[in-house]
Amino acid sequence: MSAVIDDHTQEHDHGPAGGITRWLLTTNHKDIGTMYLIFSFSMFLLGGTFAMVIRAELFYPGLQIVEPEFFNQMTTMHGLVMVFGAVMPAFVGLANWMIPLMIGAPDMALPRMNNWSFWLLPCAFLILVSTLFMSGGGPNFGWTFYAPLSTTYGPPSTTFFIFAIHIMGVSSIMGAINVIATVLNLRAPGMTLMKMPLFVWTWLITAFLLIAVMPVLAGVVTMMLMDINFGTSFFDASGGGDPVLFQHVFWFFGHPEVYIMILPAFGAVSQIIPAFSRKRLFGYASMVYATGAIALLSFLVWAHHMFTVGIPVAGQLFFMYATMLIAVPTGVKVFNWVATMFRGALTFEAPMLFAIAFVILFTIGGFSGLMLAISPADFQYHDTYFVVAHFHYVLVPGAIFGIFASAYYWLPKWTGYMYDESLAKAHFWMSFIGMNLAFFPMHFLGLAGMPRRIPDYALQFADFNMISSIGAFMFGATQILFLLIVVKCARGGVAAAAKPWEGAEGLEWTVPSPAPYHTFTTPPVVE
Amino acid sequence: MPTQQSYYVPAQSKWPIIATVGLGTTLYGAAMIMVNSTQGDSTAVSWLVFAVGSLIMAYMLFGWFGTVIKESRSGLYSSQMDRSFRWGMSWFIFSEVMFFGAFFGALFYARVFAVPWLGGEGDRGSSNMLWEGFQATWPLLANPDPEAYPSPSAIIGPWGLPLVNTILLVTSSLTVTLAHHGMKQGNRRKLKIWLAATIVLALAFLFFQVEEYVHAYTELGLTLTSGIYGTTFFMLTGFHGVHVFLGTLMLTIMFIRIHKGHFSAEQHFGFEAASWYWHFVDVVWLGLFIFVYVI
Repeated sequence: MSAVIDDHTQEHDHGPAGGITRWLLTTNHKDIGTMYLIFSFSMFLLGGTFAMVIRAELFYPGLQIVEPEFFNQMTTMHGLVMVFGAVMPAFVGLANWMIPLMIGAPDMALPRMNNWSFWLLPCAFLILVSTLFMSGGGPNFGWTFYAPLSTTYGPPSTTFFIFAIHIMGVSSIMGAINVIATVLNLRAPGMTLMKMPLFVWTWLITAFLLIAVMPVLAGVVTMMLMDINFGTSFFDASGGGDPVLFQHVFWFFGHPEVYIMILPAFGAVSQIIPAFSRKRLFGYASMVYATGAIALLSFLVWAHHMFTVGIPVAGQLFFMYATMLIAVPTGVKVFNWVATMFRGALTFEAPMLFAIAFVILFTIGGFSGLMLAISPADFQYHDTYFVVAHFHYVLVPGAIFGIFASAYYWLPKWTGYMYDESLAKAHFWMSFIGMNLAFFPMHFLGLAGMPRRIPDYALQFADFNMISSIGAFMFGATQILFLLIVVKCARGGVAAAAKPWEGAEGLEWTVPSPAPYHTFTTPPVVE
Repeated sequence: MPTQQSYYVPAQSKWPIIATVGLGTTLYGAAMIMVNSTQGDSTAVSWLVFAVGSLIMAYMLFGWFGTVIKESRSGLYSSQMDRSFRWGMSWFIFSEVMFFGAFFGALFYARVFAVPWLGGEGDRGSSNMLWEGFQATWPLLANPDPEAYPSPSAIIGPWGLPLVNTILLVTSSLTVTLAHHGMKQGNRRKLKIWLAATIVLALAFLFFQVEEYVHAYTELGLTLTSGIYGTTFFMLTGFHGVHVFLGTLMLTIMFIRIHKGHFSAEQHFGFEAASWYWHFVDVVWLGLFIFVYVI
């Protein structure tokens, strides 16, 4: 047993290694979390650039900047990069940094696998982005890659796209297994499940969703691969298959996937709102159960994405009502956040601003989701800009504002310095105005009948499109400001206390700022 | 409530980054092979990339697992670490279950909805107009468009080789459990005999599976390209076969490790993980036997 003791003392000593090997070979959850966050932000800028191309083309009616074929590649790559490259890795980065700190663990449960999970992502996105330069161009069938657009009619690079998705899936599954093992096995003594911070709870449930549905995504792209290269007929009716099968399998993954992108944001906001309201979170237990309910329901609603494809009426009714049922646990959450703020001693630092905007704007996205859930009405909205408005309202002020709120909330813990509050407020207001300008008019465009994924449109849509583009440019440019704020904060400034926020609670605030390279090598005791 | 004494956090490791390069290179090579051969280009370079990637992967697997075994044998792992491995393996198997779930789902969808609708049944029978006179049957022995997807002349019946394979695999689940009992009793002889028996049964299963495939391809015209029956048949049994192969590999490695004197009656999670995986493969087969062959 002496080996154990020797190694244990050694463990305290070694700090970060120097140079590039620190990042390539690291097993440290903080290093890996940082890499995830940096990678996520780079992908956010890349996916944002694609969005700028789209909005520039749509600024005026008519074709002026890009070819329609390239436009299709832009909409596809924008979606793929944002979903798999920006939002998901950002939350995994937050999980890496914060979960061990919040539950008093020395690191993630399986640190080497953690490193592999991260480095697979740059590899996958290298392959994905390289398809843009292949003959025939990159994926051009939308981020949902419906068959037969992606199989019979897809470009040759589709096979590379499929393997890129496989690598992302491997990365996500291993990341999720790591989170579950960490949360279930590495909690400090006394940290019972129902004492866990909500961010940890929501991530535990998110990890379960990831392990349940990423293999299904792997399955559907494998079916595509076989149809394209090996002559199978999963999605070809002339061999007895069915293109609609693709949509069923894809959305069985796809609907839980949207909760994968929002549940960790729910968790983060549930940390931040109590901190700046100087009150305990209202209805902790109901928040946990609501999160679980949302996760379970997410497996029963997938076909609401396919009402117009021609599914039996009984199926439409089932999926319509099941979808509406999700409003109940989501409502529980929204009311709990509002009740937490009620009669609190509120202050409005940047994390809180983003969190409040999250509650309001995510709810708007939820309401348009309810409208889309109504099957007969969806026949009008399907594949219009109304859908684009809906999911951008849940993803931008939902997932992405949740990430910004988390970043500002925990930046002092990461860097040891306070960020520049006035610049951060400017970042918030410009993002807030920019995104509403960009996405609110899309509701009107969609209701008036403008279809999504087209490079040109009828003249009556011109005004709203121009407003939308101006908002998008504003939102996009503002994110450079965020980069400046973070770089400035990392380089210095006012030193942050161990607990820089008066009302914040949790184990992460018991360690110094910046958090030492190794924390909780001996677990704290939670009473 | 988990208790912590000293959870082993490994120092820097080169294996994950090697694994990334290896996996990326292998899959990039695989994609190159597929795209180039579809377009009629030379695939020599593609195969080279694929081979280099595979070699890196093999090197990584030996190295990474070797490191873990060495750490485990030098007593670095506490019982808490053991629990992390258990959670990790359980959830990995769950992810595999969901992967097979996607293909079972495709099979059920084709049988229950897609093919009957093509045959004119129900609300969605309009797709029948595509190929008038198409008869929906399962197994589908006459495809809607036999020019694009030549129909198979017959399918594999359940009561020949598949039944033999079912018996082999169920028995092997039993023998691996007997081996586990041997491990727990500290009876190495019992352990070795029953584990060897398991591996022999596994190899027999694989042999018969290959024979069945040869029979299907050469005599029945049942292939990957023979429509939705062949598609689901080969994808489900094929992925299962790959998993049996991997499981056999794991058990073989465990056999070698046992001969080297690894594991104790109390600590043998490596062996347990391999046997969990083996039971999982067995359960998937039972699903296959019922839904692909019998019903």
